[in-house]
Amino acid sequence: MQVRVENVRKEFDTFPALHDVSLDIRSGELIALLGPSGSGKTTLLRLIAGLEQPTIGKIFFGDDDASERSIRERNVGFVFQHYALFRHMTVADNIGFGLKVRPSATRPPADEIRKRASTLLDLVQLSGLEKRYPAQLSGGQRQRVALARAMAIEPKVLLLDEPFGALDAQVRRELRRWLREIHDATGHTTVFVTHDQEEALELADRVVVMSQGRIEQVGTADEVYDQPNSPFVYGFIGDSSSLPVKVEDGQVWLTDRPIGLAAPDAPTGPATLFFRPHDVELLDECAGCLAGTVAASRRVAGTKRVELEIGGHRERVEIELPVDHPAAQRSRIAFRPRKWKVFPSAAN
Amino acid sequence: MTTASAQAGWRFKKPSVIPGFGLTLGFALVYLTLIILIPLSGLAWRSASLGWTDFWAIATDRRTINALKISFGTALAAAAVNVVFGTIVAWVLVRYPFPGRRIVDAMVDLPFALPTAVAGIALTTLYAPKGWIGILLAPLGIKIAYTPVGIIVALVFIGLPFVVRTVQPIIEEIDKEVEEAAATLGATRWQTIARVLFPGLAPAIVTGFALAFARGVGEYGSVIFIAGNLPNVSEIAPLLIIIRLEEFNYPAATAIAAIMLVISFAMLLVINLLQAWSRKRYG
Repeated sequence: MQVRVENVRKEFDTFPALHDVSLDIRSGELIALLGPSGSGKTTLLRLIAGLEQPTIGKIFFGDDDASERSIRERNVGFVFQHYALFRHMTVADNIGFGLKVRPSATRPPADEIRKRASTLLDLVQLSGLEKRYPAQLSGGQRQRVALARAMAIEPKVLLLDEPFGALDAQVRRELRRWLREIHDATGHTTVFVTHDQEEALELADRVVVMSQGRIEQVGTADEVYDQPNSPFVYGFIGDSSSLPVKVEDGQVWLTDRPIGLAAPDAPTGPATLFFRPHDVELLDECAGCLAGTVAASRRVAGTKRVELEIGGHRERVEIELPVDHPAAQRSRIAFRPRKWKVFPSAAN
Repeated sequence: MTTASAQAGWRFKKPSVIPGFGLTLGFALVYLTLIILIPLSGLAWRSASLGWTDFWAIATDRRTINALKISFGTALAAAAVNVVFGTIVAWVLVRYPFPGRRIVDAMVDLPFALPTAVAGIALTTLYAPKGWIGILLAPLGIKIAYTPVGIIVALVFIGLPFVVRTVQPIIEEIDKEVEEAAATLGATRWQTIARVLFPGLAPAIVTGFALAFARGVGEYGSVIFIAGNLPNVSEIAPLLIIIRLEEFNYPAATAIAAIMLVISFAMLLVINLLQAWSRKRYG
């Protein structure tokens, strides 16, 4: 089921949580809403589910205007961060709940419901736990039951609100892979919210990066990582270093000298230079490059992170070196970013 | 240490980092003995001095049986009424912010604080055939004061806070997400209440019921004013005990008290077991 969000604005009291957001979700897609707290990602998810009503704007499921439908009629599967299982019901009853509450005309017979519950339990790899109560399950198991419960109603869209947020790192990685497998097997259009970029980049077909109630960029993991379209995305996705610079004559200048980076398309004026710490070229001689004094260095897994103080204002940037690189011993390092981007500074 | 405790099998005390087990358990036992057990065993001992035949004669006396029936029957009815309306009151107090909610919330506790005799007199004045409410009901042929219905009214009044105060915190704890989950799964509001919310509240409602019931069985002050106290019709067991005492018939008084005690204890025990079972099941 294709989902279209059209110019949606959502205000809580008078505080705007979303400003004019539009988004097309393709049928069968696994899409991540990624952003820091307060970026409006959960609000967008809840609007799609019908748990909130947009202040302005519409949401379409296919060609059907879902804004006019109640949450019950939307037929979405929603998975909550804290599972929200019914604790007085067994696992099987939890999963069958959505079918049992249907009007008698469309309700499957009881043994059919039971069969469906156990098929779904097989799918989420919890076979044989039908009779357990949620209190007797681990966090990861509970979230699997919650997903099975959401899928039992054959939802048009599957919505997951930080589904792995309450779990520890190990279980999280496991469930991530598992969710991908389930998605590939069942083909539900799936939207999930996360603040964990690793999770979003690894799992999703496309990532929607959000900040302060706006969508900053929509794209595949490669697109948002390699071609970030705003300073926010560059800073938020992956590691990055930034440096205030200015653009003149199609060249990037650090205060009074060019640093050997040509930016023919950038508008003249003050700007910010972004680059990835690991994507730099170390130089021996510095004629038109960046050079700085080593202020601190620390070992991160297989590499060495070096903090450099650059220029008269002692701006700090980070670069990454191989551990055994001779430059790691020096007190002054010269380098030039291989991939970088300048964003004009916002007019003050 | 571990081998020793493994050999011990059933252990009186589990090793714990929290100190004071011996002291607190000892205190709890002594305290309960002094406050509850000694007076009650005195009661049992006193009625035992009666001898089995006499005891049985008092127990099966028509007036005694009717008094017990009225006491337990009205207490059950009042607790049942309180469960329904007390739960609704608790729900409204938690869920809907309305002007004056704090005041209404405080008012719920008034039956706790009010001398029960005052409550009884107030209710009697209202419900007597010439009272503000009684005068409206009299033409319809409904009589409340001086009948068992009047007893129920009094017990509803004094039992209400027990239900509200036990159910309220549980309603406050209800996770909003659980309701939302039910709604996304297609449940109507009514189905959500009946199948999701109510089962979660049930243990608290049972506790509230037990407390209101226990309070109702032992209530004396407010009832004697409104009941009319006709033997076999609206005479409660506690009043019968007082009557026997005033006749200096102590064995009969203690016998009735002992019967009340046994029935109450049995009912409360069943309710507690029910709760322990449900708690074990649902965590």
